[in-house]
Formats: sequence, structure tokens, C-alpha cells
Amino acid sequence: MKYIDEYRKKDLILSVSEKLKSISTKAIVLMEVCGGHTMAIHRFGLLSLLPPTIRLISGPGCPVCVSSQLFIDTAMAYSKVPGVIVTTYGDLIRVPGSTTSLEKERASGGDIRIIYSVLESLGIAKKNPDKSVIFLGIGFETTAPATAAAILQAKRENITNFFVLSAHKVMPPVMEALVKEGVIIDGFIAPGHVSAITGTAIYNDLASVFGLGVVVSGFEPVDMMQSVLMLAVQIESGKSKVEVQYQRVVNSEGNKIAQQMLNEVFELRDDRWRGLGLIAKSGLKIRDNLSSFDAEKHFTVEVPESSEPKGCICGQILRGLKTPVDCGLFGKKCTPSEPVGACMVSGEGTCATYFKYRS
Amino acid sequence: MSQKENNILLGHGSGGQMMHDLIENVFIKHFGNTILNEQADSAILPVSSEEIAFTSDSFVIDPLFFPGGNIGKLAVCGTVNDLAVSGAEPLYISVSFIIEEGFPMSDLEIIVESLASEAKNAGVLVVTGDTKVVNKGKCDKLFINTSGIGLIRKKDRYISKAFNIKTGDFIIINGTIGDHGMAVMNARESFNFKSAVESDCASLNKLIREVIDKSTIKFMRDPTRGGVATVLNELAGKIQLGIEIDESALPLDKSVEAMCELLGFDPLHIANEGKVLFVAGEQDGFKILEVLKNNELGKKSAIIGRVVSDHPGKVVLKNQTGGRRIVDSLAGDQLPRIC
Amino acid sequence: MCLAIPAKVISVNGVTALVTIEDVEYTASLLLLDDVNPGDFIMLHAGFAIQKVDADEAAETLQLLQDEVNNRPDEFKP
Repeated sequence: MKYIDEYRKKDLILSVSEKLKSISTKAIVLMEVCGGHTMAIHRFGLLSLLPPTIRLISGPGCPVCVSSQLFIDTAMAYSKVPGVIVTTYGDLIRVPGSTTSLEKERASGGDIRIIYSVLESLGIAKKNPDKSVIFLGIGFETTAPATAAAILQAKRENITNFFVLSAHKVMPPVMEALVKEGVIIDGFIAPGHVSAITGTAIYNDLASVFGLGVVVSGFEPVDMMQSVLMLAVQIESGKSKVEVQYQRVVNSEGNKIAQQMLNEVFELRDDRWRGLGLIAKSGLKIRDNLSSFDAEKHFTVEVPESSEPKGCICGQILRGLKTPVDCGLFGKKCTPSEPVGACMVSGEGTCATYFKYRS
Repeated sequence: MSQKENNILLGHGSGGQMMHDLIENVFIKHFGNTILNEQADSAILPVSSEEIAFTSDSFVIDPLFFPGGNIGKLAVCGTVNDLAVSGAEPLYISVSFIIEEGFPMSDLEIIVESLASEAKNAGVLVVTGDTKVVNKGKCDKLFINTSGIGLIRKKDRYISKAFNIKTGDFIIINGTIGDHGMAVMNARESFNFKSAVESDCASLNKLIREVIDKSTIKFMRDPTRGGVATVLNELAGKIQLGIEIDESALPLDKSVEAMCELLGFDPLHIANEGKVLFVAGEQDGFKILEVLKNNELGKKSAIIGRVVSDHPGKVVLKNQTGGRRIVDSLAGDQLPRIC
Repeated sequence: MCLAIPAKVISVNGVTALVTIEDVEYTASLLLLDDVNPGDFIMLHAGFAIQKVDADEAAETLQLLQDEVNNRPDEFKP
């Protein structure tokens, strides 16, 4: 596959690995904050290619994992409302809520449909004018523009039975929150596709105010190794700046059209991140003038008292303070087939990734 | 003879004239043979004093028609292959239909015709069957059960027991993986991907017979639901040795690979309906590969891994970048109702 | 969820484009991207084209990496 295979070539990967080993002297901790990066690191066995001085930790990069229990429980409650069709990305279907899951609700007769594109939800709304179609909006800045585009399209076409429950979030506030909290991080590997949308200015404060290097990385093994190298070079020379490794897709400006749409449809609000608590201005709420598309404004549902599963340390894992192997439930009570916490259910959750790619 | 209906009605399952006509005009028309034509309550089958292999499989695939086949063809392949990978020569199958009221007769005819054609191709006879019709909404269009009988010669009896597998033995597959699952998924979901991926659905008994006659195998199984990963995990657990697979050796259709990348699927967990995994000693392994490659159904065969002494009971994948990772059986349901 | 994959644009039809990844075809939405032409590569994410792939940058990155390997060929034999 073009623009993929070339970045998986073994000789290129090993070459970067060698260079990394030759320049790295300081013990450093680098954090990635993207489920796609977590997956890539483990799928391609990159940890074994790093020098012992460099430790890679995973942060809150999985949108499903950081969505609050309240959001998940609300989604399940919607599926029980008569006349509602819930549409969702596949990632959410098996996430455990406090008492049930979308998959279980589907088995009990809830009309829950997995879609690949939010535009399919619009299509379903048009085909079922007598039903209400609720789309579960999860994802960071990579995915939120698609939701924004769908809402604007719905407005243009006067579709009145399409609604969005937004759990969309933005990255920079949580990155800063972790640093302010005192999590030991020497540099960030920044999410490549979020940055393709946002551009790179959003990371400037991390470099200039907090003195942390940020390298925007692609997702293939060569990309990730090169990003680690770029960060190591920065840190070894005492610099901290924002650099782009993923130059074939990311530029400093980002995607202006997408940014504009995000701005038109959403506004920032304080948002609860599972395991991390409330983070200021980190969530996307549908603006009041588009509230006719906001599921929260239209559907009142009763949601069980949110409870975190006993023994689950997803919160600490999401902060990069612990790894899955530190969790007493990991691989025993909590496995991909019987997940307890969200980090295990989502395909790109840290725990699911560790489990799938364990060696 | 009553007028041919356009749709299946409840009366077609009632046992009366309508059902009689359905059987005559659709089932006997396509399946007819001396044994079936007797239309007795049981089929009386001549067998020798060998052991009989007996299997049963139900097909609830959605959609009924998919690139590369339909539920009828699949209903034969699935059962024939279950017999063949046990070392048996498939001989007779039963075919039972559960049909939803309102099902189009024309679709039924196409499916039955495919079933008959595949049975002929595989060299098995449809000797008995059943028809039930249920109210609309009580089953999803059409379900089929096929049960099959085959003969196992004494010399082939060891095959399903997985004896004698040793470190260094080869794991061989007869072609690309994940085709069936992806073809069905494409046909079913509203994801709107278009690809030329076709189900690999095929009767493997003749291919397998050729391999058994020309070489020595230690074990074989068909990786259907759960994919190659699940079968290899079952084997590793059974023999308490490790299995190592080489990612770069896995035959993979480019479109299937692309779909897996797009949707985050692992080809090792996706269903196949025309594939068989063999375990054999090194020498035999090369011979088997040769036999397979000379067969229509084995052109893309490959040695994909070996039995190893490390990590007993576990399957490990060596990936193209040199790393290693554990491959588990499929957890949960990647794609429901795939066969 | 971060899954975005490079896809080749075959044709553009107003707000959609027919794209391919190997032989797999998909009709992607161009609501988030303009100035897209047949022959371009775009990143496909959740049904939308979210950014273009810059062929020159890609080539440059790979060339630099390849040069490193070529300078020390024996060390990196796969």
C-alpha cells in the first residue's frame, strides 16, 4: 500500500534504531497521546528497538477510554428509548457501561447500528423520518470535524431527526494538565492526524512555557522511530521545540476548512475525562444556535449512578503513571473478551494493545 | 400440479400438496438421484465396514448472496470440508431448510441450484432433507442445515488425532486468508466499500485427497470462524508446543489487506471457507506445497510457520519489522454471522 | 479511531471523490478538503478526506532515510 509499505521497511527502521542508540545518553521519558501510536508501537515491536535510556509511555490517547462513564451510560439509555436509532463507530459497541453495553442492548432489541462514516447516520435519518437518529460523537480533533460537517449538512438539508451526543474532546489541555500535575514527561510524541487538522501552533506552549519538546509523528514504524530520534536529539542538545516528523501530511497551518467548521459548530467546555477528572476547556459542545441537533437538549434519560469498576486502574494508566501489567485485573478478570475497564475494550486502549501484542 | 408461487408461503411447510410441489419442482428437480427420489423418511445408504465420519453444520449467513457465492454453495462446502479435514471421503449430505414466509421462490431456486451444483462438484449426493416454513419475522429469510456422512479409511484415521507433531514441523496453508470474511462484510455493511474481494468458499475434499495420497500429513483443519489464529491456538494447546508464524509468509490478497488496515481488523482472525491448514514434517512439507500449487485451489499456497519448542501452547507471530507478538484466538465477535 | 489511511483519488464529483486503496474503492466526502484532483493522495478518515499527502515531502523523508542505510549497507540487512 502506497505511503504505508515504504515506512515499514526493516532496513530503514533498524537504521534509525541504530542512530538512536548511538546518540542517546540521558534517561528520558517520552509520552504519546494517541491510540494509533500506542497500537503502532506494540504491533511493530518498537520497544525492543529503543535504547535502555528511552522509555515510552502511553497517555490518554484513546477517545473511547477517556469518555466518561456518564456518556457511555447516556448512550445506552438512548438506545432504550422507543423510536430511537443509535448510530456509532464500531469502537463503542462493546464498551461496558455501569450496567450494560451497546452490544447487549442490541441483543435485547435496541436499534443500534455501526457506521464507518457519520454521513451514513444522516442517510439513516433520511430513510427513517419517523425515527430519531442519534449519533455518538466520540473522537478528538481528527474526528470532530466530520461530526461538524454532518451537522451543517443536516442543517442545509433541513433534516430534523438527526441528533448528536457529543463527547468530542481536544488534546492540548490534557497534555498540559498532565505536565502541571507533575507526571514525569521529557517530551511528547504528538498525534499525527489530530495535527493534520489543527496545525502545530497548539503545541507551542508545551515547548516554550513548559520546556518540553514536541514532535508530531506519523503512524508507521519508521515514522515513530524517527520521531523518537528527533525528540532525543532535542533533549540531548537541551532544546525544546515543536517539530513535524509527519511532513507528508502535517503542516503548521493544518486544515483551515475543518478548523472553521469546528468553530462554527462547537464551542469549548470543561469536560470530564475518565480517570483524569474535569479538565478546563477540553470538550466540544454543540453551540446553542445549533441546539436542534444536540441530543442532550432533546432527550431526557435516566442514567444509573456512575460507578467505576472495582480494582480498575484505568485512570492511572491513562495518565501514564502505571502500565497495564501493574493492574491486578489485567489478563485475569479483565481481558478483551471480558473487559472490565474501557482501556481494555477499545481496540486501541492501552490495556487492549498490551494484551494483544504481548510477547 | 398447482401454479408456481412467487414467494414461499406458510403452506409450503405444512406437509400437504404445496410442500409436495415445492419438493418436486425445486428440490428434486436439482438434487434428484436414485436414493433421494425414493423420498423415504430415511435415506438407506450402502456403506462398507469402514468407519463413518458424520458432521452437521447450520448456515445462517447474512447476506444470503455475496461475492463468490451464496448460502447454498456455502452449505455444501462447509460440511464437505469438515468431513475432508477429518480424513474422510464425503459421500452423502442431508439438506434442511428453514424458510421465512414471503421468501422469493426465485431466490430459493438460485440457492438450491448453487447447492446442487456444488454438491456435484464435490462428488456428494443430497440424499435426504427437510423443509419448514415459519411466520414472517420468525427467522431471517433462510437458514440451512447440512449434515454429512463420509468414509474414513483405516490408514487415514490418525489425521484428526494430531499425533506425532514435532518441533520443526511445517505449517502450510493453501492460499490467501481473510477473503471470505471481508467479502461478506463488504456485501453486508452499509460502509460502502467496493472491492473485488470474493469469498474463497470451495469444497476442498479433492485437493485434500490428492495431498493425503501423495504425501504424509500429521494434522489438518479448516480455519473458518475465528480464522487461522483460532485454529493454530487450538492446535498449540492440544500438542503443548509453540507455533511460530512468519508474517511476511502469510498469503494475503491486497484488497483484503487494505480493508483490514482501513477498519482495524486482523486477517488472522477473519473467517475462511476455502482454506485448509496442514501440519507436516519438513520433507513432506515441501512435497505438499508442490502438490497444492499444482491445484486450482492451492495456487497461492505457502509455508507460513513452524512448530517450535518455545512458548508451549502459544502462537507467536514474527512480524516484518523483526518484532514478535503473541497471537490469540479471536476474542468476542469481530464479524457476526459470517457463515 | 485514529485510523486514517492514504488513498488515491480517481475522480472528483462535487463534494465527493472516488478513492482507492489498492483495489478497494470508496466514495469519500470532500466536505473537509478542497482543491483535490485525480491522482492526488488523501488521508481517508471515517469516510472523509481530511488532508492531502504531499508527495514531495514523502519522497524527501524516504530519501534521507534511505541514504543513511545506503551509507552503511551491511549493517541493516533485513
